[in-house]
Amino acid sequence: MAAEQELTATSYIQHHLSFNAQSVGDHPFWTLNVDSLVIGAVLGIVATALMWWVVRGATSGVPNKRQAFVELLFGFVDDQVKGIFHGKRDFIAPTALTVFVWVLLMNAMDFLPADIMAWILTHVFHQHEFRIVPTADVNTTFALSLSVLLLMIYFSIAVKGLRGWIHELFCAPFGSHPLLWPFNFLFNLVEYVSKPLSHSLRLYGNMYAGEIIFLLLWLWAATSLSGAFFGVILGVGWSIFHILIVVLQAYIFMMLTIVYISMAHESH
Amino acid sequence: MNINLTLIAQAISFALFILFTVKFIWPPLMKAMEERQKQIADGLAAGEEGKQQLQASGKLASEELVKARARAAEIIAHAEKRGLQMIEEAKNSAKAEGDRLIAGAKSEIQQEVSSAKEALREQVATLVVSGAEKILQREVNAQAHAELLNQLKREL
Repeated sequence: MAAEQELTATSYIQHHLSFNAQSVGDHPFWTLNVDSLVIGAVLGIVATALMWWVVRGATSGVPNKRQAFVELLFGFVDDQVKGIFHGKRDFIAPTALTVFVWVLLMNAMDFLPADIMAWILTHVFHQHEFRIVPTADVNTTFALSLSVLLLMIYFSIAVKGLRGWIHELFCAPFGSHPLLWPFNFLFNLVEYVSKPLSHSLRLYGNMYAGEIIFLLLWLWAATSLSGAFFGVILGVGWSIFHILIVVLQAYIFMMLTIVYISMAHESH
Repeated sequence: MNINLTLIAQAISFALFILFTVKFIWPPLMKAMEERQKQIADGLAAGEEGKQQLQASGKLASEELVKARARAAEIIAHAEKRGLQMIEEAKNSAKAEGDRLIAGAKSEIQQEVSSAKEALREQVATLVVSGAEKILQREVNAQAHAELLNQLKREL
């Protein structure tokens, strides 16, 4: 609303960076970012539905192009998992696939031109504050990385047993001398905190920065004709570069997921 | 950048997507892919086997061919030998027959000659006697001159 009254640089950026937050409780925690949730769910459902549709008609004979494409994706993910994790891949590989496809699609929302999407959302859906890149929401990236953390802990306990896991918490990596227990535990604690933190913030930072750079370019484009000209050229450059970032970040996120879960399987 | 309930909601959707993928998406396609891999491997193995069989049968065929050639050569040599032998036999028998015929003819001729000689001798003797009778014009004591006549006959 404020943006309609007087359009300043600050209000423009603020407008593009505010979530569609719906409060469901008294505390600020009880808030839902409807935009991240809806876009994430829609993308996830579309991706899984498409894959399901292809997989249901899958044949072991000559595959059609649809199936060949999905098989290419499956083979790519399966090869990555195979290279890192040695064991039954019944769970890890599909998890990695889900992570890759979902994060890739959520990142790819950044390709959509921010202001055109804002116009559509305002005039068709009557939503003034709506961010279309779920991975530029720290909640989404933390949801992913904390889920991976839970999987790490689950697999650690499932593989080594509860005693084995606790033993490892206190006796690795420095040694099992009782004097070393606090240091080992502290070390492991830092590891368990830093893994999801870096995992999620890497993705979030990249996507958020990408979004901001686009917004700055469009802001420049709105200032003058030459600004529009250079804004467009730089926008094309950044878009092309962003294709790399989007895929690379999805790939890195998937690889780290595989690495973390497979590390949880190893005992020291 | 504030953490709120969205985190838990997104984690739930993440978990649902993972479960769906693990249960319904990954296994069927992986099964299909593995089946195809197996089919391809089997096909390649069958092709290899067929190739080997082809090689073996080719070898067998050439061996058979060599054997057949040797056998054919043997048969031809035998036939040639037999032909020569037959020709030789035919020649021999023809020669023998010819000889026999010649011998027959010769003996016949001999017989003819001797019978002709005999007849001539007879006639000459008669002629001589009658000649002598005419020359002498006188009685001839056949009995007295028989011995002389016989002697003449012998000399002829």
